[in-house]
Amino acid sequence: MQFMASKQPENSLLGPESDSQRTLYPYVTGTSVVALKYKDGILMAADMGGSYGSTLRYKSVERMKPIGKHSLLGASGEISDFQEILHYLDELILYDNMWDDGNSLGPKEVHNYLTRVMYNRRNKFNPLWNSLVLGGVKNGQKYLGTVSMIGVNFEDNHVATGFGNHLARPILRQEWHENLSFEDGVRLLEKCMRVLLYRDRSAINKLQIAKITEEGSTISQPYSLKTYWEFSAFANPAQGAVGS
Amino acid sequence: MFRNQYDTDVTTWSPAGRLFQVEYAMEAVKQGSAAIGLRSRTHIVLGCVNKANSELSSHQKKIFKVDDHIGVAIAGLTADGRVLSRYMRNECINYSFTYESPLPVGRLVVQLADKAQVCTQRSWKRPYGVGLLVAGLDESGAHLYYNCPSGNYFEYQAFAIGSRSQAAKTYLERRFENFTDASRDDLVKDALMAIRETLQGETLESSVCTIAVVGVGEPFHILDQGSVQQMIDAFEIVGEQEGPAAEPDAAAGQDASAEPEPEQGAAAGEGVAPMDI
Repeated sequence: MQFMASKQPENSLLGPESDSQRTLYPYVTGTSVVALKYKDGILMAADMGGSYGSTLRYKSVERMKPIGKHSLLGASGEISDFQEILHYLDELILYDNMWDDGNSLGPKEVHNYLTRVMYNRRNKFNPLWNSLVLGGVKNGQKYLGTVSMIGVNFEDNHVATGFGNHLARPILRQEWHENLSFEDGVRLLEKCMRVLLYRDRSAINKLQIAKITEEGSTISQPYSLKTYWEFSAFANPAQGAVGS
Repeated sequence: MFRNQYDTDVTTWSPAGRLFQVEYAMEAVKQGSAAIGLRSRTHIVLGCVNKANSELSSHQKKIFKVDDHIGVAIAGLTADGRVLSRYMRNECINYSFTYESPLPVGRLVVQLADKAQVCTQRSWKRPYGVGLLVAGLDESGAHLYYNCPSGNYFEYQAFAIGSRSQAAKTYLERRFENFTDASRDDLVKDALMAIRETLQGETLESSVCTIAVVGVGEPFHILDQGSVQQMIDAFEIVGEQEGPAAEPDAAAGQDASAEPEPEQGAAAGEGVAPMDI
């Protein structure tokens, strides 16, 4: 087999396809997505930021989208790869609808399909650089799952991506319980998002909350959280350690 | 049917608008040994007659498990049936792997029908010479389909194919209105009665027939010969009684199977074979 050595990057593990391009790093990224099961279905929250490295460049990126009748997909990571995934899912739902029989793909099926896609791309060393949250309700059954860019997937009562795993999940482990009301669920999500806003530098104060129930899905209009910056440590940051 | 000048190729129409090769393939189904299927709201039972060529040989496998929720009974060229069963198993397993969910039966039969249709429109192929009774459980309930060599498929409450299937169909036509709400065991008894009809007087015993069941909470499986014989014994003793809950009659000692009394007024539509020209 011939390798065109001059064109290949040093860390290549490719075979013969010397000219193929594969994702090495993400460019425009979204930060955490947080989601939980509540009484009637799933609640999901994500901010609308698209960072370009350390610059908070895009501030109206919708990182949650409805899929078919029964599912909601939220994504963090590379925005263009998220758009690619939406394209795949669009086709999937289209063909599912074209059968025109009583059957439809539920959230479990969509989640497993995405797992296959993500894992297969990872095996080709050309991942879709996303962490996905897939939630939905079908026939009264609530479903909430997540898939990472390397194909790790699982379901749980509450999930998060990225920084959400470190900052939001501990809160949810303490305070989540079965049959949360809608208001309590939103309150809990907002608590998580507020912590992320304070502590995640790629978070912006413009978020949406999405809900999916047996009846269907809705995504709220963008809004912002109230924040408090009058903590005495912030007001007088050098108090305990005067700089030179 | 008689030989004519339009029957050599599957891609040749007759002036009357018929494809004789396809019709000849349907003949092959009619010559195969009988297979029957019937369903209730929650269960489907498949049964077939298993005639071995000689005392020395085993009989052919005519019922195949396709997945936990789907099974198929065939009549006609069993080799073609095996190939199609393998295709169906493949489709089911691929769908299960991708979606972690069982393939809806309705979609499988459409894929099967489209596969059969291809063979009716290629000059280098021949139609599959096998009819398939596909039994499966869906989100939308219990289903029984019949797939033709022509590429058509139909959904049935109950159906019979193969040789002497008309006798079974007549029995099913009389009884089908009871099937929707019948219990699983009554459904199996009706299946055995229908098979007995096709035997035309021969004794019904578990060595000549195979029964398979699939239902809510019950994955597709073929009943073992012991259980089948027990069920045969249970209703053979009764003989004349045709009610759905047939209890073994202690007083009766008949071993010859008697004809059940015909019931009134079953609708003609459900059990009639399509494409019978």
